[in-house]
Amino acid sequence: MPFIPHTTAEIEQMLTTIGVQQLDDLFIEIPDELKLSNAVADPIQAVPSGLTELEIKKLLSARAEQDSYKLNFIGAGSYEHHIPAAIWDIASRGEFLTSYTPYQAEASQGTLQLLYEYQTMLTRLMATQVSNASMYDGATALAEAVLMAVRLSGGKRSKILLPQTVHPNYRLVVQTVVQTRDIELIAVPYAEDSGRIAVKQLIAGEIVAAQNLTEVAALVIPQPNFFGVIEEVDNLVTWAHAQGILVIAVVNPLAMALLRPPGEWGQQAADIICGEGQPFGIPLASGGPYCGFMCCKKAYVRQLPGRIVGRTTDANGKIGYVLTLQAREQHIRRAKATSNICTNQGLLVTAMTLYMSMLGFAGIRAVALKSHHNTLTLAKLLQEQGFKPKFNAPYFHEVILQAPASASVQAISAKLAQERILSGYVVEGDYPELANCIICCATETKTAEELAMFAQAVGRMLTKTSSSLGSIA
Amino acid sequence: MSNQNISNMLIFDKSTEGRSTKLQAPDITNLLIDIPQHCLRRSVAKLPEVAELDVIRHYTNLSQRNFAIDTNFYPLGSCTMKYNPRGAHQLASLPGFLQRHPAADLSLSQGIMSCLFELQDMLKDITGMHQVALSPLAGAQGEFAGVAMIRAYHQQRGDYQRDEIIVPDSAHGTNPASAAMCGFKVREIPTAADGDLDFAKLKAAISERTAGIMLTNPSTLGLFERQIKPIAALIHQAGGLLYYDGANLNAILGLVRPGDMGFDVIHLNLHKTFATPHGGGGPGCGPIAVSERLAPFLPMPIVGKIDKFTDKSKSKFKSESEFKSVQYTWLTQQDYPHSIGSVATFAGNVGIMLRAYIYIRMLGREGLRRVANMAVLNANYLLRKLQDLGFQAAYPKRRAMHEFVITFKREAKQNNLTALNFAKRLLDLGVHAPTMYFPLLVPECWLIEPTETESKATLDHFINIMAQLADEAKTAPEKIRNAPLTLPISRLDEALAAKNLDIVF
Repeated sequence: MPFIPHTTAEIEQMLTTIGVQQLDDLFIEIPDELKLSNAVADPIQAVPSGLTELEIKKLLSARAEQDSYKLNFIGAGSYEHHIPAAIWDIASRGEFLTSYTPYQAEASQGTLQLLYEYQTMLTRLMATQVSNASMYDGATALAEAVLMAVRLSGGKRSKILLPQTVHPNYRLVVQTVVQTRDIELIAVPYAEDSGRIAVKQLIAGEIVAAQNLTEVAALVIPQPNFFGVIEEVDNLVTWAHAQGILVIAVVNPLAMALLRPPGEWGQQAADIICGEGQPFGIPLASGGPYCGFMCCKKAYVRQLPGRIVGRTTDANGKIGYVLTLQAREQHIRRAKATSNICTNQGLLVTAMTLYMSMLGFAGIRAVALKSHHNTLTLAKLLQEQGFKPKFNAPYFHEVILQAPASASVQAISAKLAQERILSGYVVEGDYPELANCIICCATETKTAEELAMFAQAVGRMLTKTSSSLGSIA
Repeated sequence: MSNQNISNMLIFDKSTEGRSTKLQAPDITNLLIDIPQHCLRRSVAKLPEVAELDVIRHYTNLSQRNFAIDTNFYPLGSCTMKYNPRGAHQLASLPGFLQRHPAADLSLSQGIMSCLFELQDMLKDITGMHQVALSPLAGAQGEFAGVAMIRAYHQQRGDYQRDEIIVPDSAHGTNPASAAMCGFKVREIPTAADGDLDFAKLKAAISERTAGIMLTNPSTLGLFERQIKPIAALIHQAGGLLYYDGANLNAILGLVRPGDMGFDVIHLNLHKTFATPHGGGGPGCGPIAVSERLAPFLPMPIVGKIDKFTDKSKSKFKSESEFKSVQYTWLTQQDYPHSIGSVATFAGNVGIMLRAYIYIRMLGREGLRRVANMAVLNANYLLRKLQDLGFQAAYPKRRAMHEFVITFKREAKQNNLTALNFAKRLLDLGVHAPTMYFPLLVPECWLIEPTETESKATLDHFINIMAQLADEAKTAPEKIRNAPLTLPISRLDEALAAKNLDIVF
């Protein structure tokens, strides 16, 4: 039997020790009518007979091959970056891979010290004060940040300003989490020309009337936003703090090596900082496992959800690491915990920590710069094919472009997929007003030749598809 | 400086200004940049500046300070620390799977989607439920989704007064925390002296305010709840629903199904029952499975299989030719208008789903039951042997399932040796300690779960160590009280850590 070491003789010996005749006797407390062994037909039909490792390898290799592609220009919250070979070599060591939450600190110093180093790296990158040891992913980190902001207001403020420039999937998850609570999400539109949060309307009281601002717990600011556009953060932060509103930054950690980090926004900085750690050494992998991160100002640490590692000393005064402030957590506080989160993303934190160590700040900045450069280059090449930038604001490593009116961006994208090229994220489903628009992302992984090849392929499709426009859509 | 001191250093201590692993970063000469000055970062984040070998050596050394399944017996109750097959890890890491973008075209996603679709079907049959959604990112998030569905179900029926969730006092902390997160009041029911739920107290607690009950079966005491059918009938008669916490599914895999017990919604912990790596605290993966009446509320997305190109499916495809190339598609809120929504940025922890899929395919139908049989055999063997050594079972009259509870309350009272003291001494002797002080209702307890992948030889080795502990408790109690004595670090001061908060270097 797979993975079971017992011999028949051993099973007999163990049964004798226990004092029963057969295995079935161990299940004597289970009511007979519930046992499948008493069912006439085996109801677990969907599970076929077992395969050897070789057999499953052949099956899975074929399926993995089916999904392979040549080039990818989709970003939209999941970014293709070079992952140094050493990262998953080390993260896949059995001591990291097959341990669990470090409940026994003395037997888990490896994981605990790594988490302490991670917390330090992330707070430095965000220019803030404290960090937890991870959330599930970017969207759930934002949802937890929203709950945290409401708690920090003592429950007195229960409205959240959630701009439409935040990733649509993040907004959906926040919606799922707050729908069971008395929390209201207020959509903040974006300016049609720039694609940035409509700060003028916000300040003018057109989104929330001035007298109702005391009900608002937090303003969420993405950086860069879903369109790839760089938000003008300072006015927003200063305005929010003047109203007693907390600022939740939701940022791409890679961009923070190039753009001013949330700890340097406005006069008083963002209060809670969260986002998706995937760009740091975590493969695209169909969207997970990824790694949410969450930082905040030190004054708010007791409302921070999730695990936190602290440095302490042992009985001999030697430095060591433990899980700390556990009185916030579900296993102690139960129904009154800051969150229900238990298992988080330990292994992915390991990968992120290795990535930050291996590249350093200069290396991460180089990746950010090159990705920005490549996306600018790609935008130019696609403009030569007749695409137009949708917004006039600067962007980081994603750009939203509108296809020529004579073509359907959907059709182009479908045709390119047949050539195993993923051309970008078509936004019409999420933003009906952005018809025929696509968000393209060219990270540092793309060469100049690949960018040119892609632009040419798009050009070819333009001529091909313009004749068959609208056949299906 | 001794080696010991070097290995105690933080990665920051090994950093030298100007050193880097240039090989890993792109060349930045002659790059275009179009970002206004005031948006650019001027400060430098002090991340490590180290060579590649420094990174490898530092983290390899750190890894060696962990106990793990691969290195030590790890009988951590409720966590199912079974062997994590390397084959599953390697196949889930095939380039085609790792490189797939979550928003890739359907035509370039059929390989992974076929695995996920089959996994949904397999979990449906294994649990005896009507439908499965894979996306919740961990057990606790599965709980959140499940309880949110119970809430949505009652609200759709206009049952707004149902604002209480019943939870036994033996429940995992996540149960009440998840119920509270969904806006419910938590009502706790005590466990009776025999280890089953106190039926009379349960009966008295049920009212028109009861939305549902959250149960783990076998319970966290390692006991099969014998009254499950009457409990299910009672809750259903009162208009409530039953939630199954799947943390202990390993005990009954292929033998008994939550659906047959009468549960309406359950979560599974793929990282426990289906052998995916625990990763030092995640990732988990907490799919949920539901009865027919809760299916409309499932979180999205779900993988669907399509048979013909209808008007409804048209909107999902860019062209008819694309449709022809696909068999599987994502079902979304458009297909499930009553869905509680999505709980993850994308489709969930797909890499973990893949590992679980591979594991189940390797076990096969016949292997499922073998898992439960051997997990329960191992637990009962250990329990018998520990009792023979004089350790006290919390429920000696009951048959253990895949795990069991022992209590050190006698040792604590007579000798001032606590469950914590014994746990730390166990670390000295090379075994990861069982779960301590949980379930909360048993004083000075350990919850021991050996799992089916441990051999009789390993169990016998553990029993010898426990015999040594029993002996030391009498002859050298200070060894236990002062443990750990042989690890690189001795007992850490947790109170100090919370008082002088040092969480960033």
